[in-house]
Amino acid sequence: MELELIDLTPEERAFRDEVRSFFDENLTPAMRRAGRMVTWFFSEFEYGKRWQQILDKKGWGAPYWPVEYGGTGWTPRQFYIYELECMRYTPPQPMSMGLGLCAPCIMEFGTPEQKNEYLPRMRAGLDWWAQGYSEPGSGSDLASLRLSAVSDGDDYVLNGSKIWTTYAQYANRIFCLVRTSSEGKKQAGITFLLADMNVPGMQVRPLINIAGDHEFNQVFFNDVRVPKSRRLGEENQGWKVARHLLKYEHGGGRLSGELGRRLALVTEIAALESDGYGGALIDDPDFSRELAEVAMGVEAIEFANLQVLSAMREGEAPPPAFPLLRIRSRELGQRLTELGMEAVAYYAAPFQPEARRVDNPATPIGPEHAVNATPFYFNQRAATIAGGTPDIQHNNLARGLLGL
Amino acid sequence: MDHIFNEEQRMLKDSVERLVAQRYRFEDRRAIVASGAGWSRAIWGEFADLGLLALPFAEQYGGMGGEDGKAGAPIETLIVMQAFGRGIVVEPYLPTVVLGGGLLRHGAGGALQAELIPAVAEGKKLLAFGYAEPQSRFNLANVRTRAQKDGSGFRLDGRKSVVYGAPMADGLFVTARTAGGERDAQGISVFYLDATTPGLTRRDYATVDGTRASELTLQGVKVGAGALVGKLDQGLPLVERVLDEATAAVCAEASGAMSVLNDKTLEYARTRLAFGQHLSEFQVIQHRLVDLRVAVEYGIAVAMMATLKLNASESERRRAVSAAKAMLGRDSRYVGQTAIQLHGAIGMTDDLDIGHYFKRLTTIGWLFGNSDHHRRRFWAQWRGSDAHAQNNREAA
Repeated sequence: MELELIDLTPEERAFRDEVRSFFDENLTPAMRRAGRMVTWFFSEFEYGKRWQQILDKKGWGAPYWPVEYGGTGWTPRQFYIYELECMRYTPPQPMSMGLGLCAPCIMEFGTPEQKNEYLPRMRAGLDWWAQGYSEPGSGSDLASLRLSAVSDGDDYVLNGSKIWTTYAQYANRIFCLVRTSSEGKKQAGITFLLADMNVPGMQVRPLINIAGDHEFNQVFFNDVRVPKSRRLGEENQGWKVARHLLKYEHGGGRLSGELGRRLALVTEIAALESDGYGGALIDDPDFSRELAEVAMGVEAIEFANLQVLSAMREGEAPPPAFPLLRIRSRELGQRLTELGMEAVAYYAAPFQPEARRVDNPATPIGPEHAVNATPFYFNQRAATIAGGTPDIQHNNLARGLLGL
Repeated sequence: MDHIFNEEQRMLKDSVERLVAQRYRFEDRRAIVASGAGWSRAIWGEFADLGLLALPFAEQYGGMGGEDGKAGAPIETLIVMQAFGRGIVVEPYLPTVVLGGGLLRHGAGGALQAELIPAVAEGKKLLAFGYAEPQSRFNLANVRTRAQKDGSGFRLDGRKSVVYGAPMADGLFVTARTAGGERDAQGISVFYLDATTPGLTRRDYATVDGTRASELTLQGVKVGAGALVGKLDQGLPLVERVLDEATAAVCAEASGAMSVLNDKTLEYARTRLAFGQHLSEFQVIQHRLVDLRVAVEYGIAVAMMATLKLNASESERRRAVSAAKAMLGRDSRYVGQTAIQLHGAIGMTDDLDIGHYFKRLTTIGWLFGNSDHHRRRFWAQWRGSDAHAQNNREAA
């Protein structure tokens, strides 16, 4: 892996050493394995949770947050150094809908009470938030959502369902877009609520994905009462909050070592795999050509991200042109998982979820490096579905950025 | 492409398609995949009744493979595999009839043929073929498993990877090295052994595409001289021919699965509403639906191209089969991915059939060599070189 900052200042070198020794001290082999056996975006929940709590004790629970809320105030180069070390150490990846998506909205639209109640618990790994956005009839066309919230005294009463709610089975809270009015434009009757899970009338139904994993759920609301004090922003102004959140949905405004991590994984697999003719797959002209194409894309995106981040001030939303730079990352991320599967050839075949477990994994049928390749490829097909398809992104950019 | 079929073939097509449509609905398949055995003996019996298990063999065995069975029944096999692709049938037809049957037709002596073919045709015996090894990737000449002379017979030691159909097989074929170095084209032989032969151990498992496979370990496995299939040390051309037939068969299977995905995706796009209109009304979606259909039509065409060249010269056969597989590997992946993409998250669920078609197409993408492998093999033939492009590189 050549993604590296070479001209570190003494302070940056000290920072890198601090990150390394913190990781060395706190990351057990099982935790690092939890960081590697990811097929969607998150590690096995318990490992992610434990890691979040460890990070928070160190003061690194929410590095990207503004300092006033407990962010680290790192420079862009420090963030980059941190991400590079994450790529190397593969710490667990905690579910991040709270920290990454809900938190910026609470900071922007929340009351002081809401900020105090939710943000510290999120950072400390005490609250885990699911994202209640999509509904069975409303995917990319999010604003057509129908889950109804009817005002009743100090509460809203919710009826309907949310779907594709990743890790809702572990969440104790859920932020939801609900319909409070059907007057006027469909965007105009939406409200953003900060609800509790596991309350009367709420039911979580698992949805098994094509890799055989339980990541998604459907959450049913049957006369679920949510106090009005849990509303974020004004009634019928939820779309404004939702739009703010969308800026963060595809990693806007933050660096992510994710592509680099995947590139490192595929490179490692290809170095271990035989080409069948006495050499290593990584030297195979066809395979390496493909891998090089992707690697160049990853380098360009990482570089552009760093540039943008350097230009942004702390806590600011990313500039409008930022999505143009990000637009290739989802496809590149998918392509990397495809190459990983391609690399293991026949050992893409075994269906062996029990060999991917962090604790007591079964003996793999093929090589250890092959066990996650196919499920990773399968589950990442959703990367260009979740949070709106690339088609939607193109439409938005055509309108918003190009003015068409 | 129906016009190419004669009356008898059309009847075969109708009856297999009917069988799959009626007896192999998605719920039936789900129950079979979830069952302990992972295949249905009852369905297998119906295959036998329809004559599908005898198809490529010589007429004397009730097949359509001509007098000696060498010609096989390529078009009939394509018809069957296409229908199986439409139902993503998991029964081990490919390992038993196409691979095992191919080795019997092209390599086995009269005694072994007489012993096995009737049993296969009647549905009493299932077969599988282990040709891949952990280090071999797609190189059929990369064989570490050794067979050493042992009295009048042989003693086999080694390992075979991802042997589809092995858990339910009564008899297994394996490649083994009888002479030469690890990747020499010369010195490879094919052996048949009963699944219960001492020294042979299996680790059985389910595969991501809903079928079953095994890792085979051979430790001091003793077989008689009669176990040798084809010529000693000269097994590679036999293996290559049989795998070309199997490759054409999975191309046909893929084309069947792709047509289903195309139909279902088109139907979904016509009914799913987003932003107040049907998905199918968006121009960007329409273009993609056309691309899907183009891929499907190419798939059907190249599957037929490979099929019709199976009995041509060796060079022509390789060229057509590899061209078809290289193209289909790419196009079938495109179709699978696009079907999921256009269905959205629902296409990602185990509940819906779309993902299961996608997964089988994913497997077919690399089975018997991925697109890179077959593109190179095609190129080696196309530019008139006999040697495999990779071998040239290695020698250089």
